[in-house]
Formats: sequence, C-alpha cells, structure tokens
Amino acid sequence: MTRKQKKMLIRIVIATAMLTVVALLPTDGWLRFSLFLFPYLCIGYDILIKAGKGIWNRQPFDENFLMAIATVGAITLGEYAEGVFVMLFYQVGELFQSVAVGKSRRSIGALMDIRPDIANLESDGGILTEVDPCDVPVGSVIVVRPGERIPIDGCVIEGSSSLDTAALTGESLPRDVATGDTVISGCINLSGALRIRTERAFEDSTVSRILNMVENAGARKSRSEKFITRFARIYTPVVCASALALGLLPPVFRMLVLQTAPMWGDWIYRALTFLVISCPCALVISIPLGFFAGIGGASRAGVLVKGSNYLELLSQVQVVAFDKTGTLTEGRFWVTEVNPIGMSRERLLEYAALAEGFSTHPIADSLMRALGSSPDLSRVCDVTEIGGHGIKAMVDGDAVAIGNARMLRDEGIAFAECDAHGTVVYVAVNGVYAGFILIADRIKATAKQTVADLRRIGIRRTVMLTGDAHAIGEAVARELGIDEVRCELLPQDKLSVVEQMLEASPRERLAFVGDGINDSPVLSRADVGIAMGALGSDAAIEAADVVLMDDDPQKIVCAIGIAKKCMRIVRQNIVFALGVKLLCLCLGALGLANMWLAVFADVGVMVLAVLNAIRALYAGK
Amino acid sequence: MKKTYKIEVDCANCAAKMEEATKKTPGVVDATVNFMMLKMTVEFAEGADEKAVMKQVLKACRRVEDDCEIFF
Repeated sequence: MTRKQKKMLIRIVIATAMLTVVALLPTDGWLRFSLFLFPYLCIGYDILIKAGKGIWNRQPFDENFLMAIATVGAITLGEYAEGVFVMLFYQVGELFQSVAVGKSRRSIGALMDIRPDIANLESDGGILTEVDPCDVPVGSVIVVRPGERIPIDGCVIEGSSSLDTAALTGESLPRDVATGDTVISGCINLSGALRIRTERAFEDSTVSRILNMVENAGARKSRSEKFITRFARIYTPVVCASALALGLLPPVFRMLVLQTAPMWGDWIYRALTFLVISCPCALVISIPLGFFAGIGGASRAGVLVKGSNYLELLSQVQVVAFDKTGTLTEGRFWVTEVNPIGMSRERLLEYAALAEGFSTHPIADSLMRALGSSPDLSRVCDVTEIGGHGIKAMVDGDAVAIGNARMLRDEGIAFAECDAHGTVVYVAVNGVYAGFILIADRIKATAKQTVADLRRIGIRRTVMLTGDAHAIGEAVARELGIDEVRCELLPQDKLSVVEQMLEASPRERLAFVGDGINDSPVLSRADVGIAMGALGSDAAIEAADVVLMDDDPQKIVCAIGIAKKCMRIVRQNIVFALGVKLLCLCLGALGLANMWLAVFADVGVMVLAVLNAIRALYAGK
Repeated sequence: MKKTYKIEVDCANCAAKMEEATKKTPGVVDATVNFMMLKMTVEFAEGADEKAVMKQVLKACRRVEDDCEIFF
C-alpha cells in the first residue's frame, strides 16, 4: 500500500469507531447532529473539498460532487447515520479500487520488466565499466554475466551459454547460444559469461522496441473505449438532470395536481439515491483496464499487440491469409527423402554430401544437416561445378555426378525421372544412376494443428499465398487443410490478392500472417497484419499490428484466443455494469432502493468489474 | 516533437479528463494519457517551448482534476 492508501485506511478505521460510538449514544436534536459531524468530516472532508473545487473550476459533474450532494442531502433530511455510512462505504470502495488497480499495474509492470539497467562495457584494455545501456556505442564489446539480462542486441564473440527468452517469446525452453550467434536484448543469460559485440544502439534494440510498443499501445483506442469516453461525457449531465427532475417534479405534481402532501423528503431521498447509483466509474475504469490487461497477458504469451483497437479487430477476424514460406513452412531446405538404388541410404547421402562439400548452395547445406556430421573433405578432389546443372567430383576415387535431370541427361546416364514436389537431386556414381535425394522446404510441425485449431475457434476461411509453383503450393495446402491457395505470386501480387479479398467481402475481417520478409505492404494493408518471428525484422515490426515473437504458427491461435477472451471480458463488464446500474436506477426512482443498495451499485459494481477485467491478464494461460 | 511524462492520478475518469484538457492546451498537437502505465505522451507543436507548454498543461489538468501531478 502507498502512503496515501495507508492514510485512508487509518481514516476509515477511526471514522468507523467514531460512527459506532456516536450512533449508540442516546442523544437527539442539535447535539446528535454535531456529534455525527465528527465521523462525517473525518471520512469525507477531502470529498467535500474536491467537490467545492470542482464547482469553483466549473467542472461540477464528477463523483465527488455526486457523493457530496448525496451525503449532505441525507444528513439534511435527518438521516445522519446513513449519510456518514454512505460516505464511509464509498471511501472503502475507492480504497479497494485503488489497491486493486495498483496491484494489476504492478503485475503488468513486472511482466514488462525487461528493461536492462546496466551494461558492462569492455574498454580496449579489457577493463569492465558499468554504464547506462543508452551510452553504449554500436560495435563496442559488452560482457553479460550469468543471471544478467542482455542489454543490447549483438553477436556473441566469445563464450557459450543458454538464454532464457521467456520474457520475450513466452517460450520456457532455454535457447543455447555460442560464438557467432546473434542474441537479442531482453533475454536472461543463464549459464556462462558472454562477450557480445553490439550491433545496434540501445534505442533500436529489441527490448526498447518492445517496451515502446507496449507502452504506446494505449494510444490506439478501441471502439469500445471510445464509446465509453463518449458515453461518460453525456451520461453524467443526463443523470444529474434526471435526479433533479426526480426530486422536484413529483412533489410539485402531487402538490398542484393531486392536492396531496408533497412528501419532499421522500422524493429528495430518491433523487439522492439515484445520484449515488449513477456514478459511471465502473465502466470508465474497467474497460481500458480490461484491454490493458489483455495486451499485458498477450505480451506475456509472446504476442505483442500494438493497440486495443487491434485486439478488438483480432477478435473479429474471420479470414486468415498466410504467406507460405517462413510462416507455414520453415523457409529452410531439408532432405525429405533419400531414395538409393543399389546402395544404402547413408552411402548415397554421404556421396552427395561429399561431392557438395565445397559448395555454399542451400542444397549443400541441407545435405550436410541430413548427414549429421561435417564430412571429411580430404576424401574429395577434382570438384567441377557446372552452373545450373550440378557438380562433378571424385569421392574416394569414384566419379560422382550430382545435379538435376538435365545434368544426368547431358552425361548420358539412364535414370527414371521423379516428379515429387520439391527439388530432386539425382546422383550417379561411376556413370551409373545411384538414386535421388529429395530436398524440400519442410512444413512446420505445428502448422497443420494450427489450421485445424483456427477453424475450431471460428475462423471461416483460410487462404495461403505463395510464390511457389501450383503443384507444390496445392500439395502443401492439401496437407494442411487450407481452404484456398493462390500460387505463383510475386511479392507485389500478394498485395493485390489481399486487396481483392478485402474488396470482395468488406464485412469480413481479414488477418494476414507473414514473416515480414518482402510482405510489409500486405501486413499494413490487411485489417490485422500479423508478423511472425519478427524480432529481427524492423520493417515487419513497423508494418504489423500484431507481432508474434517466435515463429510457431500456434501463436496465431493463441493471439486470436486472447483477443476473444479479452473482448468477452470487456463485453461482460459493459453489460454487467450498465445492467446493474439501470436496474438500480429504476428501483431508486420507484423508491425501492435505499442508499445502501445505491452504494453497492456504485462501488460494488466497480470493484467486481475491476476484478473481472484483471482476468484478461491471464488470458494467455 | 513527442515526449512522455510520468504522471500521478487516482482514477481512470480523471485521467481521461486530463487527456481532454491537455489536448486543448495551446502548443499541444495531440496527447494521450495512459492510466495503467501512469504516463502521459504529449506531441508538441512545431517550435513550441516544452517547459512553458507543460506548465500550462499542468494548470489545465489541475483545473479538471485537482489531485493530479505531472513530472516534467
């Protein structure tokens, strides 16, 4: 609790004690009135002062004013105990709200506490000095010891360790890094000391960009939030006018038309009750808090949402368009099939890997990975690379030819052509066809599940956009269960396809998921642009509305799920708060609600709405 | 020019009122108050004196919400 809150707690305790004593004393008349003034002023002096200042500043319609009018009114009517108690209860509620908001603010703050405080800058002589990360120039060397947070993006030049990336990606498994690896700021170094050459300034580092994004998320308000602000602006004057009418018109009507006793006290009491109920706080606080908690919860799960408007849009998405490479597939080539003729699988792979041993082509890279160990290149000699065809080399004294169909045809080697999807690498040893190796971009392990889950959570249509040939694109779409596929698209075609889709069904919200590599225009054009695994790509972070911190497609489902849950909570709060208020207002006008119910309708509803809003923080779990 | 300030305010409604008041202050192009982060982002007009404008902003905010604080 802060000092302010503690002071309030003490005031509440003292006022409660005084109220109890005063209420039990057998007094009446002016003595009783003056005795009740003690607890009343003790608990409510600040409210009265604020209400006075509000009137002075010509800003009268706030909750202080409502409470002051209601309690002073009650006391004037002779309901001393009730007047004091209403004020007391109101202050208890305010205190509770302030503690609850403070708590959620802290828990969200803790969640985003990824800002590194210091950097250990190494000077030329190898001496370490602790400096502010802002003061570290690009290209300098910093040391990150175990337990410390990496302050600036860079490249490891010495040491190996495992990194806890949970604060950034939501991924709990540590990531191993060694010399030569790029590391991003915000990760916690778990095991060994790392020397890192910084590649960015602190302001441009991942951690600063993420914090910036989350902190500025509030600037883009959702429709629901805007509605509440507009609502509050007209609501309070309307309610005050109604209360005034309720206090004046019926008695006057009774007096003049019905010729009966006006019952001023009764109607003014009703009007006061009406005022207490009407306070719009529950709505005004719980809606933004709900969104804020939702954005906080999402970032904990590794999903950065740039504003509550995007959270709202994301919850309404009905069509998801994917970029294929890097989003649904890994964007890296892998050996998917080894089909030897007359030798073992391993032998064929070894021949191929050795022949490609000196090559830097992605195909060579995938062969090495399939082999599992780096081949002994001393076994290879006489390597000739034939551009656009393949490679010829002597491996262990055998003449190996490896390449595409054209290569083998030119060599005059008989072979059976294979029409599998992907890149087929044919291998011939000593002029005899020895089989083929199929290399393809592998579909991500969770991609299929993602498409199924998207359908389960209410996505109507999934579309895949790809630059690949029809055969490959359609095969991938079929395997993943994607509804529609557009193939052979150039990067600029993707934009026009998405625009066509937006025009064809303007009502349906469309999300585009890409990896940010040459699809930034599409990311910004779609209703919601989701960039995946975009921690390294500035353009993607800039263009996208939602950034997934790692490249697991399952995070798309997670993001939409969080958005839906958050919107559900916000809607619950709107309905609940407005519903209870309207009900109590009606009861109050009819004289069925007393001040106690009124205070519950104000403070109780607010506290419940705040607690409900905080649930959004745990939406990612 | 855009700058972010730490603020202190008790309720969300008051924060919204502060935002309105700040937006209306001369020299301010746009302003947002983030109640949850207790931060205020002010975009100043070209060539405006930041300190002087912020003094006016604080004055305007005090008028709508007596109990607020802006640290600049």
